[in-house]
Amino acid sequence: MFYREAGVFKTSYAADMAMMPLPNTRWAAVALGVLFIGIAPAVCDEYTLSVLNLILIAVVGAIGLNILVGYTDQVSIGHGAFMSVGAYTAAHLITQLNAPFWIAVPAGGLMSAAIGTLVGIPSLRIKGLYLAIATLAAQLIIEWTINHVPWVSGGTQSTIQVGPPSVFGTPLTSAWQMYLFLMFFVILAMVGTQNLIRSRIGRAFIAIRDQDIAAEIIGINIFHYKLWAFAISSFYAGVTGVLYTYYLGIANYEQFQLDVSINFLAMVIIGGLGSTLGPVFGAIFVTLLPIVTRRVLESAGGLFFSASDLSAVIPSLRLAIFGGLIIFFLVVEPEGLNRLWRNIRNYFRLWPFSY
Amino acid sequence: MRHLTATALLLAGSMWVTGNAVAQQKEILIGSQCDRTGPTQITGTVFCPAVQDYVNLINSKGGIGGYKIRVDEIDNNYQVPAAIEGYERHKQMGEVSDIIWGTPQAQALNPRLVADKIPGTSPGFGSAAAANGAKYPYLFPVAATYWSQAAAAVKFVKDKLGGDLKGKKLAYIYYDNPAGTEPLPILKALQESEGFELRTFAVPPPGVEMSAQVLDIAQRYRPDFVLAHLFGRSPSVAMKELKRSGYPLSKVLGFVWASSEADIAAAGGFGAVQGYHTMQFAGVGSDYPVLNEIKAMYQKEGKPPPKEMETSVYYNRGILDVALHIEAVRHALELTGGKPPTGADVKKGFEMIQGFSLGGLVPPLQVTPTDHEGGGWVQIFQVKGDGLVKETEWFQGYRDLVLRTVNAAS
Repeated sequence: MFYREAGVFKTSYAADMAMMPLPNTRWAAVALGVLFIGIAPAVCDEYTLSVLNLILIAVVGAIGLNILVGYTDQVSIGHGAFMSVGAYTAAHLITQLNAPFWIAVPAGGLMSAAIGTLVGIPSLRIKGLYLAIATLAAQLIIEWTINHVPWVSGGTQSTIQVGPPSVFGTPLTSAWQMYLFLMFFVILAMVGTQNLIRSRIGRAFIAIRDQDIAAEIIGINIFHYKLWAFAISSFYAGVTGVLYTYYLGIANYEQFQLDVSINFLAMVIIGGLGSTLGPVFGAIFVTLLPIVTRRVLESAGGLFFSASDLSAVIPSLRLAIFGGLIIFFLVVEPEGLNRLWRNIRNYFRLWPFSY
Repeated sequence: MRHLTATALLLAGSMWVTGNAVAQQKEILIGSQCDRTGPTQITGTVFCPAVQDYVNLINSKGGIGGYKIRVDEIDNNYQVPAAIEGYERHKQMGEVSDIIWGTPQAQALNPRLVADKIPGTSPGFGSAAAANGAKYPYLFPVAATYWSQAAAAVKFVKDKLGGDLKGKKLAYIYYDNPAGTEPLPILKALQESEGFELRTFAVPPPGVEMSAQVLDIAQRYRPDFVLAHLFGRSPSVAMKELKRSGYPLSKVLGFVWASSEADIAAAGGFGAVQGYHTMQFAGVGSDYPVLNEIKAMYQKEGKPPPKEMETSVYYNRGILDVALHIEAVRHALELTGGKPPTGADVKKGFEMIQGFSLGGLVPPLQVTPTDHEGGGWVQIFQVKGDGLVKETEWFQGYRDLVLRTVNAAS
């Protein structure tokens, strides 16, 4: 129903190598673009936009982590710290040199990529849980460094205030402006990843993921490409940190602690490893689920609890439901929400003649 | 319709709309952030029910100036994105002021408070520089900041050690995060002017392992007094470790987040930590008229008094926080002549707070447009018998030094 490959004939190499080879995909992309860029910021109220903005920032980080975890099969629980590296780099550039966003964002990403590459060096010798612990060390070292080096942290409170980003001289202060600003980076991240994966580098990542010894035998320089994976992934993390800094108006390492790293891993795993859409679903799921469960409990909880108990029950119940739903979705579909989405799509592709 | 379209974009579900019902007429909304499930739940599970109880009490007496007060609580789980989401929700619902929870959260919300002209309170946490109302117009620490706490601690120790600190040895054991290191400039400045010896001992997060630091304090350094600035589970660990290594707890003073009944219970109960000094920015104990009124309110409904009241340190702090919000709303209503106040009016209301003692539960605060801390008052209570016994009345420590530091910072 959604996808019709039949009747699509490619007559040039360009058509064959296009990012979206099917006309349906292109139309769907255009429709989604109109919906999320044209319509959403116009009709959504400020609160809804603020939630969407949090989701957009999370999407960038999750896509980046997915390059490392999903495509290259290297674990990192230091991504929270890589975000703080980007955040502080950008905050210093913005406050001290008055850097515009088109310098601050890539600079934050590059600094984070440099640190991430350094942290990735042990990945040549260790894998899996061992690598996880090595990256955990990075998380703790970076946190400690920011806390104890005043010229990094900018003072005892480790907080640096920054103003909103300016585009063509206009400071982006309202929620919808910020929404479009963040959306720009989300699209960049998605298109970038999609193309990266189809390139020589991306194919090397996937070869390393599937069987690293075999990849080495066919001539892929594993050390080189593992470090590339760390660099690119932490570049995304750094950009995420800069976007958080712009969105919140401050850089503060306490918002990039270990639980953030784990939250992002959860997004990638729930969404589905090794796909571009997976982390998007994951970011939406992890950000929205607590909010939605609270809303449901607030409107339905009155049937079971008195008003005064309700405010005590909601936070705890919400966590339980959140955890339960994660288990539920992973039991239903271990390969994540993206696989669930593909199953639905495949079902409707043959509908009503499924067999 | 606008709202419905937006909802459809996100997820189907009408629950989105019900939660956002616009505040009713004759009702004033105060947004409350809370942490009942995160790392500071030891405080939140007592602090937030107190907020609700006090608001119910005010409403049962007819509200303020004909308006009912409504507090909408969200659990931010001590996370910044959740705090932003909760704040935006309260803003959309039309809050006039915000009860903030958490130091990084207060930092992150500050630019929004200024942009939206909504005052927020951060009693006993947040940045000490926020006491400067000129630089932080919409952030109100309303209770002693970490700088005031450090200054008051040194003053208390000075009085305790006979009025002279020259040549005395002080140890400062602190949780190694920004909040823990914040008092250092004040302590260093006082070290120079008072001439005492100071050594600092950092406890790395999560703060449950400090035997090396405590041993260093008790066996090697042997200070005349220990100042403990710890959070969460670590205060109880510090009490236990200091006791085990033979250091008298009567020479230890805990800062405000190392000072509750819950910490003492976790360290083995009152019997185990006799002599420990605690610093408080709200009254301790249940012997205040407002608490009796809340008990009476529960009695009228045929219910026993809330069990949270037993942890009177955090319960009373919850009362203090929301009571100051309501007092600010009352002043704001005076300014508007009974019309619904805006956030900017309530800000002015906060800056008019003075002589509001709630029977001694609230210190003699005097919040002004430049001093959003209200004076930085604290009381010291000591563990004696099976309770906390008041040792000093409300006092300030080295106020001129604190104000100088506040003005030099930010």
